[in-house]
Amino acid sequence: MSALTTPGERRGATLSPVSPRRKITDRAVQGLVYLAFALAIIPLVSVLWTVIGHGLARLDADFFQFSMNGVSGKDAGGGAYHAIVGTLEQVAITTVIAVPIAVLTAVYLIEYSGNGRLGKVISFFVDVMTGIPSIVAGLFVLALWLLTFGFDFSGFAGSLALAILMIPTVIRATEEMLKLVPNDLREASYALGVPRWRTIVFVVLPTARTGIVTGVMLAVARVMGETAPLLLTIFFTKAINTNAFDGPQGSLPTFIWEQIADSNATAHDRAWTGALVLIALIMLLNLAARLLARGARTTGR
Amino acid sequence: MTSDTGVHAQAQARHRATGRPMSTGRLGDKIFVSAARGSGILVLVIMAAIAVFLVWKAIPALQKNEANFLTSEAWNPNATPPKFGIAQLAFGTVVSSLLAMLIATPVAIGIALFISFYSSRKLAAALGYVVDLLAAVPSIVYGLWGVAVLVPHMEGISKLINAVLGWIPLFGGDGVGKASVFTAGVVLAIMILPIISSISREVFLQVPRANVEAALALGATRWEMIRLSVLPYGRSGMIGASMLGLGRAMGETIAVALVLTFVPGINIHILQDGGATFASNIANSFGEASQTGRSALIASGLVLFVITLLINMAARAVVARRKEFA
Repeated sequence: MSALTTPGERRGATLSPVSPRRKITDRAVQGLVYLAFALAIIPLVSVLWTVIGHGLARLDADFFQFSMNGVSGKDAGGGAYHAIVGTLEQVAITTVIAVPIAVLTAVYLIEYSGNGRLGKVISFFVDVMTGIPSIVAGLFVLALWLLTFGFDFSGFAGSLALAILMIPTVIRATEEMLKLVPNDLREASYALGVPRWRTIVFVVLPTARTGIVTGVMLAVARVMGETAPLLLTIFFTKAINTNAFDGPQGSLPTFIWEQIADSNATAHDRAWTGALVLIALIMLLNLAARLLARGARTTGR
Repeated sequence: MTSDTGVHAQAQARHRATGRPMSTGRLGDKIFVSAARGSGILVLVIMAAIAVFLVWKAIPALQKNEANFLTSEAWNPNATPPKFGIAQLAFGTVVSSLLAMLIATPVAIGIALFISFYSSRKLAAALGYVVDLLAAVPSIVYGLWGVAVLVPHMEGISKLINAVLGWIPLFGGDGVGKASVFTAGVVLAIMILPIISSISREVFLQVPRANVEAALALGATRWEMIRLSVLPYGRSGMIGASMLGLGRAMGETIAVALVLTFVPGINIHILQDGGATFASNIANSFGEASQTGRSALIASGLVLFVITLLINMAARAVVARRKEFA
């Protein structure tokens, strides 16, 4: 151990240096940990690279202006206008359904239930609901809305399924934000004689607003890419259907699913461009949510 | 530590505040409390309704079924008489998601360790964001990528595994395919990485600083510190996280449906083409399903629902137990 005698290593005379074996183990683990991270980055980069590479081929004005009405698989033209319209409508309806329910539930859990039994049960099932497979949500809407109530496939049915997936995520995000609201604000409001509900609506929720909006945007981004429940609830159409309450509607995920199932290369190009547009929408929403959250953090304190 | 106790005091204060009566008797308060409680109850009602309606709509097909629902491998609910069973689907689902969990867990924990203990604080935020992006990519895009990029690359890997581990029946068989249950497991592993790593990260964040610093003060290397103070503390949390990943993998539909090529019958050699899962079968068969066919798919979805429900509840219980210790 020549290292022992070099003066640089002898900072504390009573300390013996780390033995080579321990040092090597430490380095080896560090290498493994770095490797794990690299392993996770490879698929992400590869996915983005492939989607951009394949997707640019059909990223033209036609893609955003035309539907697939009267376009067969091997035709070169056609676009996803009907799908983009469908996705935006379905996601908007989903948000309108899910956000009030989720925010109110979170308010109940944080502001009212305390440690009550109902609160605990709800909280437990919210956790369980987070784990519901998306296809099961689709099957549920199929069983309830289409088979029991007898409604036709529609964008709205799709929204119902997506809402089931969105509610638990928004509840959790809202809960986190409500927990961060300082209790002084609530007490100050009560001290002024403000009723409890007005305190929540006009003091607590506005304070947590940015965080809740961020959570909602992330949840929207998540459900936007869901395919499985939509296959069972909105079905397929090649034509533009702007009425989400009547008949099958298009959507970007089902558009991709339909086009990739076609054996023609032209259809595959459309599928990739659809994937590119979908990813771009989702990433934009994600990015906007992060920027919003960051802006709130720097200006809030 | 000061901020820690501050948060604690705040939490206590909140509990005191919530000890107030829910309503002051004012009309506005009454309405608002009812709306909030109603929404919470609605969540419970939705969960109950999912179970009830899946059972109800599954019964017609199960009554007409001429084969054993649990042991039959064939899925022909549209035939007359309808014959279908979930054996093959259950096999594909369980094997592919267990495989995904086994592949993903070590990598995900590595990522969590990297972000929590090996990178600078500034870098950690950026890296966490990158892992979140991995979660944001939709299932169908993973499916497209799987078919276009991963499947062609899997042949070499599969051959290698077959040559080295061929004596294990699971990896045995003559010749390998690309669109196999194994490939599906790899795609699923990538998809469940983010959830396992983000929950593991949360657990690592809660490791008491004192334990970490004590280990370092005793002269432990970084790995020894992790082994002595982080891993024992986070064990049940990590187990819970990988179970949640398992549940996620079982319900994953579209990517698996695109990657797998359907071959009827259970094939124990998972490197060969073929296989199906509950979810992929529903997505692939729904379009041509008759009335009985749809009912049969709902029955298989019910089984998936019950399995994922049990796994999730168990995982949450494991994670929650750790919280009580902490």
